[in-house]
This record gives sequence, structure tokens and C-alpha cells, in this order.
Amino acid sequence: MPAKIQITDLTFARRLLIIAAFGLSNLTALAYDDKHPPIDPEIQQCLDCHGNYRYTLTDPEFGETVVLKMYDELRIDPIEYLTAAHGKFICTDCHSPDYETHPHPISVKFEYQNTCLDCHANDEHSLKFNFDKIEEEFQLSIHGDHFIENFSCWSCHNPHTYRLTTREGGRIADIVAFNNAMCLECHGDISHYAVLIERQLTHMLSKHEWLPNQSLHFRKIRCIDCHAAVHEDLLVAHHVLPASESVRNCVECHSTNSILMGSLYKHKTVERRNRFGFFNAEITTDAYIIGANRNFYFNVASAVVFGLVIIGIAIHAILRYIHFRQRR
Amino acid sequence: MKKKKLYLYPLWLRIWHHVNAGLMIVLILTGISMQYSSPDYPLIRFDIAVDTHSFTGILLTASYFIFLLGVLFTSIGRYYVVKTEGFVTAFGKQLRFYLYGIFRGEKSPFAVTIETKFNPVQLFSYNIVMHAIIPFTFITGWGLIFPETIVLSVFGYSGIMLTSLVHAIAGFFISVFLVIHLYVITIGPTTTTNLKSIISGYHEDIETEKTEEIDK
Repeated sequence: MPAKIQITDLTFARRLLIIAAFGLSNLTALAYDDKHPPIDPEIQQCLDCHGNYRYTLTDPEFGETVVLKMYDELRIDPIEYLTAAHGKFICTDCHSPDYETHPHPISVKFEYQNTCLDCHANDEHSLKFNFDKIEEEFQLSIHGDHFIENFSCWSCHNPHTYRLTTREGGRIADIVAFNNAMCLECHGDISHYAVLIERQLTHMLSKHEWLPNQSLHFRKIRCIDCHAAVHEDLLVAHHVLPASESVRNCVECHSTNSILMGSLYKHKTVERRNRFGFFNAEITTDAYIIGANRNFYFNVASAVVFGLVIIGIAIHAILRYIHFRQRR
Repeated sequence: MKKKKLYLYPLWLRIWHHVNAGLMIVLILTGISMQYSSPDYPLIRFDIAVDTHSFTGILLTASYFIFLLGVLFTSIGRYYVVKTEGFVTAFGKQLRFYLYGIFRGEKSPFAVTIETKFNPVQLFSYNIVMHAIIPFTFITGWGLIFPETIVLSVFGYSGIMLTSLVHAIAGFFISVFLVIHLYVITIGPTTTTNLKSIISGYHEDIETEKTEEIDK
């Protein structure tokens, strides 16, 4: 049965996607500059077509040429690719050598698609990522391939553009924008969502209507901070939970034991602990979370001042009473 | 015994005072509950505390502007005017009375009259609270209701964090003021004289039997 598409879903969700993409575009512009090494000729050969909006196809038999549109799904942004985590690879490191034939033969459509573990399992440089644990967590998640057929690492992590934003630190706002854009790619766009699953796309804003200061939450925290179970061995949680099991209790974040310290701020927490007496000090440079950012010194000072006021009043009242008794 | 009765608290002022006090208490309780929120020991459920705090804060702002209009356009405004000349000496005199003279049965150095409702200590503290701390609290509070209006970063710190800090500190001073204010109610000719005054509108002084009225 075909999925029901609501036009309003797209309108609201695209609005969110635009906000996320705006943050992302700033990142891209900053990441690539004139100092970047020249593009490898093998990559350039592919980007001549896949890096542009149109390409010229030549019939090898009759020599006829035609200019065609390069569809978005096949187009690679050169800057994004070269600044991405896999940007140092030449295309055929991952793709079939059949791609070196132009036009590409039909066999390329049946090439085996590598998963993360094909390269990263047992790779000592990748140990810090804990890919085995990521795979375990992914299988437990509602994105696991036993729940959604053909869902793989690439469904979220575009191999041509993916960057290690969280691990490399940087502005929390950029990390949030980059991560949420990944979720909204499908959850904010029916044309991507419907490719993976035949189900009505959830109306993002109305589903989160209960959330106070909705836009602030969307800008300041990642979807996965509420919708994924934290794992102590992973920097980024991959066990995506059903909506019914996601965080809905405000004080799970809004308290000194905020779960955000084990998720969004985990990379910073590891680097530095409390600063100037702030509980969860790392949050204070990018945000303020009621209940999670109490300050130890202010706590002590306020308790002392309040205590002295109460003691002062008590002494004053007792002395007044004694004087009153003496006068009688 | 002769009693001097002054009508110092017109009806609108008394209603405003009690509403304002109620709003303050709700704001302090919900504020403390949010600041010390914990999954294990919730004073008030977090989302209820947030909504109640925001709504009450909006009401407090409206209540403040009613008070401000009263200060600007009715005769109660004169009670808040500070005459700088000799104020420090007068303040010291009143403070000495609160901290020493009161225990020796001395009379308050500044009698309440139709022209001067507040003694110098009251004048100073009410002006600070009403014209500095409360506006600070609701301006920062409105900023937190609409966080997009707050500057993103100040010297590397989140603007929202600094606004929240100022808001919480101002709220703390208001709670301290409230506690002292409640205690000061009991400092009068009898422990209930001041309480009766803010309910009936009449200030009673034991001496002469005379009734004066303002702003009826």
C-alpha cells in the first residue's frame, strides 16, 4: 500500500531541513580553502561529470554527444567530498573499477556496497570508533536492518560528505546542525523516507508540540540526544529508540546528572571537567540548561546568605521578646 | 490610649500588594524547583514548574507596570523620592534603631506621617527592590521566554547562561527581601499592627486620636 503523503509534513519538515542545511553550508565554506592540496586526477576524472549539474555523454559507437542532467543522488559536491572523512580516497578505492569505463556498464548497478565494518573491522586506526559496538547498537536500534530492509550505515552517513564533527569538537551549534540534518534528510523529506519504508511520515513539529521552547531545543540538542540510548563505550549513540521509549522526562536533561553530559557534551566532558564551580561546565559555553548548570559557589553563597538572614531574624526576634518580657 | 490613624494604603494599592506577594511566592517556589530539579526529588514537576513560572512571570510584569503607573501618576509616588541630603545619616540612625534601639524600648527615629510613609531603610530597600531588582528579574525572564532575543555569546560564555545567572541571582535577592519583609511586619506597636494596616489600609500609631486620609 503506498504511503500517504501530507503536503504540510513536507512544508514544516523542509523548513527544519533548511535551518540545518544553513548551519552546514557555513561549515563547508570554512573547511575548504586555498591551502588544500590539488585534487587527485583520478578523483577529478569522476568529478568532471559527478561534480557538476550536467554532463556530456558520448555514444562510443556513433560518436554522438548529448548533455544530460546530473541527478542530485549521483552528484558529488567536490568541496564537501574533499573535506569529508573519506575525502582522501580515490573513487575506485570503494567503487568498482568498471566505473573507469565510459559510459558506465550496467554491471556497476550490481556492485557490492561496502559497509563500515568491511574496512574498519580489525583496523587499529579505527579502534577508537568502536565500530563493533556501533554495529551491535545499530542492530538493536529501530533502524536495524531487521526492522527496515536495506537500511545501512550509508542511509545516515553519506560516505561522500560525512565528517567527524562530534569527535573533532568545534561549536556545539554546528555539531547539532550537522547531526540533525542527517535525521531530517529522511524524517523531514518524504522523497527520501519513502525509499526506505512504506509508512506515513510523522509530522515533526506537531509530534514535538509538548516540548517547551521547541525551536530552542531543536537548535541546541541533537535528535539522538533524546531518541537514542547512551552507551558508555560510544561517543555517539547508535541505538535509536522507538518514540515511546525516547526521553520525555524533562529532568533527565534538566538536572545536575544531565544525560547530555554522556551524549552531546561527552567529547568535551572527557577533555575538561568543571570550571569556575559550574556543574556540567562544558554546557555553559554554548547554552544554559535549567537545573543542569547550577554553580557550586553560588549554591554555597546563597545557602550561607540565606542561613545568616534566618539566624539574624531569629536572634532579633528573641532579643525583642526578652526586652518585651522585661518591660512587662 | 490615644491612637493616630493614617489612611496610607488605598484599596488599589492593597490589592496590588497582595496579588504581587502571591505572584512572588509562586515564582520563588517554581524557580527553586527548576533550579534544583532532580529526577529523584522533584518539588514541582519540571514542565509544570516551567509553565507556571513563565505564566506567573508574565502576570508579575503586568502587575509591576500597574504599580509603576501608580508611582508615576498618583500621590504614592512621593513616598519613593529620596532626598539625598542627609540620607546616609538618616539611614544610619534608622539602622541603629533596628539593631540596637528597638531592644531598649526607644521610639523609631522617623515617625510615619502622611508625607513620609517609609523610614530611610524602607525607602532604600523598597526602591532597590521595586525599581532595580524586580525589573532586572522580569527583563531577564522575558529574555529566557524568548531566548532568540539574547546575544549568543559574551566573552565565550553563552548569553543565555549569563542571563539565567542574573535572573537567578535577582530572584535570590527577592526571596531574601521577602523573608525580611515578612519579619518586619511584626515590628510595630504590636506584632499584628502592620499586618492589620496592609489589610485595612489604615496605619495606626499610639499617641493622638486623629484621622487623615489620602487617595481615597
